[in-house]
Amino acid sequence: MSNIDFNHKVVEMKDITKKFGNFTANDHINLTVHKGEVHALLGENGAGKTTLMNVLYGLYHPTSGDIYIRGEKTNINDPNVAIKKGIGMVHQHFMLVEPFTVAENIILGMETTKGVTIDMQKAIADVKELSEKYGLYVDPDAKIQDISVGMQQRVEILKALYRGAEILILDEPTAVLTPQEIEDLMGIISNLTEEGKTIIIITHKLKEIKMIADYCTIIRRGKHIDTVKVSETSEDDLASKMVGREVSFKVDKEHKEKGETTLKIENLVVKDNRGINAVDGLSLEIHAGEILGLAGVDGNGQSELIDALNGLRQVESGKVYMNGKDMTNKSTKEILNSKISIIPEDRQRRGLVLDFTVAENMVLENYHKKPFAKRGILSYENIEKFAKDLIKKFDVRPENEKIKARSLSGGNQQKVIIAREVTNDPDLLIAAQPTRGLDVGAIEYVHKSLIEQRDKGKAVFLVSLELDEVINVADRIAVIYEGKIVGIINAKDADEKTLGLMMAGGGTDGK
Amino acid sequence: MLDDLGFLIGTTLMYAAPLIFTALGGVISEKSGVVNIGLEGMMTMGAFTGAAVGYFTGNPWIAFIAAGLAAGVFGLLHAIASVTFHADQVVSGIAINFLGPGVALFISRLFFNGSTMTKSLDFEAKMPRPLNGVFESNSFLDLIFNHYATVYLAFILVFIMWFILYKTKLGLRIRAVGEHPAAADTLGVSVVKIRYLAVVLSGVFAGFGGAAMSIAVVSNFRPTLISGQGFIALAAVIFGKWKPQGAMWACLLFGAAQGLTVYLGGSNIINISSQILAMLPYALTLVILTGFVGRATAPAASGQPYEKGER
Amino acid sequence: MENKKKKNKYSVKQRLLSSNLTFTIVSVIIGLIIGAIVLLIAGFNPITAYSIIINGIFSRTKYISYMIIYATPLIITGLSVTFAFRTGLFNIGAEGQYIVGALVATIVGYFLELPIGLHAIVVFLAAIIAAAVWGGIAGFLKAKFGVHEVIATIMLNWIALYFSNYMVMKPFLRRPESDSSYEILDTASITILEDWKYTDAGREWLSQHPYIKDFLATPANLGFVIAILLAVLVWYILNKTTLGYELRAVGYNKHAAEYGGIKVKKSIITSMMIAGGLAGSAGALQVMGVTKGISVLPGMEGYGFDGIAVALIGGTTAFGNIFAGLLFGGLKYGGPKIQPPLGAPSEVVNIVIGTIVFFIAVPKFMRMIFNINTRKRGEKNAR
Repeated sequence: MSNIDFNHKVVEMKDITKKFGNFTANDHINLTVHKGEVHALLGENGAGKTTLMNVLYGLYHPTSGDIYIRGEKTNINDPNVAIKKGIGMVHQHFMLVEPFTVAENIILGMETTKGVTIDMQKAIADVKELSEKYGLYVDPDAKIQDISVGMQQRVEILKALYRGAEILILDEPTAVLTPQEIEDLMGIISNLTEEGKTIIIITHKLKEIKMIADYCTIIRRGKHIDTVKVSETSEDDLASKMVGREVSFKVDKEHKEKGETTLKIENLVVKDNRGINAVDGLSLEIHAGEILGLAGVDGNGQSELIDALNGLRQVESGKVYMNGKDMTNKSTKEILNSKISIIPEDRQRRGLVLDFTVAENMVLENYHKKPFAKRGILSYENIEKFAKDLIKKFDVRPENEKIKARSLSGGNQQKVIIAREVTNDPDLLIAAQPTRGLDVGAIEYVHKSLIEQRDKGKAVFLVSLELDEVINVADRIAVIYEGKIVGIINAKDADEKTLGLMMAGGGTDGK
Repeated sequence: MLDDLGFLIGTTLMYAAPLIFTALGGVISEKSGVVNIGLEGMMTMGAFTGAAVGYFTGNPWIAFIAAGLAAGVFGLLHAIASVTFHADQVVSGIAINFLGPGVALFISRLFFNGSTMTKSLDFEAKMPRPLNGVFESNSFLDLIFNHYATVYLAFILVFIMWFILYKTKLGLRIRAVGEHPAAADTLGVSVVKIRYLAVVLSGVFAGFGGAAMSIAVVSNFRPTLISGQGFIALAAVIFGKWKPQGAMWACLLFGAAQGLTVYLGGSNIINISSQILAMLPYALTLVILTGFVGRATAPAASGQPYEKGER
Repeated sequence: MENKKKKNKYSVKQRLLSSNLTFTIVSVIIGLIIGAIVLLIAGFNPITAYSIIINGIFSRTKYISYMIIYATPLIITGLSVTFAFRTGLFNIGAEGQYIVGALVATIVGYFLELPIGLHAIVVFLAAIIAAAVWGGIAGFLKAKFGVHEVIATIMLNWIALYFSNYMVMKPFLRRPESDSSYEILDTASITILEDWKYTDAGREWLSQHPYIKDFLATPANLGFVIAILLAVLVWYILNKTTLGYELRAVGYNKHAAEYGGIKVKKSIITSMMIAGGLAGSAGALQVMGVTKGISVLPGMEGYGFDGIAVALIGGTTAFGNIFAGLLFGGLKYGGPKIQPPLGAPSEVVNIVIGTIVFFIAVPKFMRMIFNINTRKRGEKNAR
């Protein structure tokens, strides 16, 4: 079955370290890939997989370490060098010109010409030949904007092949695909390796690794954990290697009995921007005095769920009740006024107006209420006094309410948001990826704040991509997969393996 | 009656030509992703240069080329600001609209005795009419087909631009850069080079448009000569959905509005205000923009500076 | 208290040192230098030329009066552009809004009969409302159809121009045998001491006060005072009211504003209406104080476009507009004075202004010159 040629090491990355400021994204990582191999890079979000591949493709320059392509030491300082060396990369976000045809996108920059004009006939013939050879069926004359995401991905792969790629990097290729499209992609990958191509696939879906990969390198927090032969490793083993056995953040919390139902979600359906049901019949109850963690791999409907709860996205069907009151499709203002506070997923996009001062940001939802405003006139005195108090209480640094939010560090920006949301005295606090991109100290702080809310008898809904976080902070854990809750377990009974399997759609078969 | 129609078509073509040149400039710049609201200033510069060089050299072709080059310099300025320095393209365009007329009138005063009007061109210094005398004077066909060379050139240029944009390698790259510069860049297409070329060319074309006014439609330059035609051309770009042939049709429509004004000024058949007619191109463009008459979409990256850099 | 004062002072100082103001001043200097170079190349002595301009602005109170008269509409259209800009919109439409304001002011000023004072207020408000609606159209098109306000306002400018021309030539408004409208009634005038100036008592008093006489030898009017009040109002609305908070929040980050419960579409329309009303008030004041009526325009007068330059030079701050407007007004009034004695083209003023705007457009270039390694942040304009 395997097409691996062990005599040819096509890619060797040796001791690769990549630092961004103080943050080490890749910490002495080694990676060896042979000709004809499908090599999976497995790791949680932010583990450093994509960074490593961007180094290989010349988008980042490694802080230290060497790269050998077909045994030859190569300095890849530009994607053009990578292309010349036969490396192609399909980015998670496609680089396609929407109004162009498939053929036009593929030949762009390497156009076939006849005299002064582009030889479209030859281009189309070339594309057809390539697509037949690898089973990548596309219509060369179709416009990108008219074809499905799966087709668009094929175009990206063809683009790389047209440029003579021998090594293909696929970054989370299945994240945007439907199950049928995923199956097709798996077929394509087999075809490619049969033709002697080498594939590196970035993923955190275990099933797919088991299906397609020969070897798997596991990366956790920027470090190389292991490289295993997939056929000799179980999904369980992969899961535990991915999330790590040791628990890094121990959070102290006392047991607390949960109270009444605060938020009730019934059969919720929410569409994403492409019109596909991202939240697909989701039901969930959150009680006063508990932290409910929502675990899941990115892109399984979390963002759409939060947007819908926030009143920013239309609910197609289903109901949302807050304290027994129907809040389905209410305006954002009404929702914010019904004792719901939300720490948004993307603090710079949704959470803060970066060019406003810290004080102005502290009242983003309440600027029009007393004592911050009276008859339409703001009282900066009161706003700043309020902000000053919060800055002290929540230890925001620097201690200056008059500077722009932009000039704060990520952790302090998050503190501003938490201060604002918690001070609203909500019955329900929704925290969406509240620790993303924060350092250890800030993470600890955020966790403490959430638990404080719970101890005050509030309901807390923690949505996170970090499994550690969910396990340590939450009382109960719900796992979301493809827009549905696939299971709820008590945190103290939870283990990473089971959760990892559920998150990856493994072991549960969807139900 | 037939002669009336001939006159109307003839004036439409005459007034459309300057707009077509300038609109083609707008098309190529926008296709590459650079908004150019400085067309008006560039056109003014071209109109002045054409009239002045025509007056001093007596050669309309030298005048025409010079007009393109002079306005091309302003295109270069716009390119430097918006491509190299990632300037706000609208602000840079506004600066061009101050600088174009400013420089044109300044030089005019220097060379024409303190006047902002250039001296009238001699007959030989005006654009020739290659088909003059082919048809019976003032006959229907003569009215339609006997024009200044710039009119034929404008239509030829429409074809050339269409051919370049949709049939050649360069055109594919220009359009790709305007739609998705990052995609073009990852495939080794230089966004900077393409945009420079397109923006400078847009200046050159706007300059041609100005000269098509000052050395053909009329025979001198004066401060109110261009007054808004650059903006009409911009409207034509949008109205024509960012396509050369579309912009051409839009310019013909707008030219017809002007032709009608002239025609009705000379007759008393219908009492329709010339001001209302003049308003038409802009009002129609607004309607087009609301999407009632088919969705018009600008090149996706239009107006956005492209910054490479680490992602 | 003491502490607070100190902090405020610090922040003012910080703002003075902030890159924007520095860039603006350097841009103005570069503009003047380029103007000088252009004059030099053309064979004129730039120092003589500039001193003629300066003398032509400041040597008599009459000149100062004129500079103020020239500056007044520019300050206000500048405020219009500034207001929109601060709320994330680019109002290229001040020109058309100004025209609509002037047209409505003329109509209401001519046809309506009201007591002195009240008439002026009614004219002023009517013009503002009309222009606000005009500006609101662009806001509506953006909020409802996603039409970019730059394009929409350019189109609306020309529609306003031709509509105004159309109205002027209508028999009910046209002064016979002319290209102009009837003049507004005196009750709607805001020219200072307009009638008194020519009474015997007035003449006598003025002859004893030559500086004031000189100052009033122009259509000096209340417009400048109103412009300053409007600047205060714009500053107040933007910075001290919940409305300003909402509009700025939408301008800076509409996603966060939406998340905070602010209605983004409504804000866009409101913002364009206020910007339109401001530009319209400039047109009204010009009619009430200076021109007394409107004429058929062969082309744009440029009040709105100049207002864009004023706003940009003024750093899109309410009070910066006053200074930039005076600078621009002075150059526009004093510039042409180099023509008679030197024969130097007055258009050097446009070149100076254009150059200033050009350099303001390229902060990146400035940063390179200064090699200032400020925080890595794209000073993205609001759009």
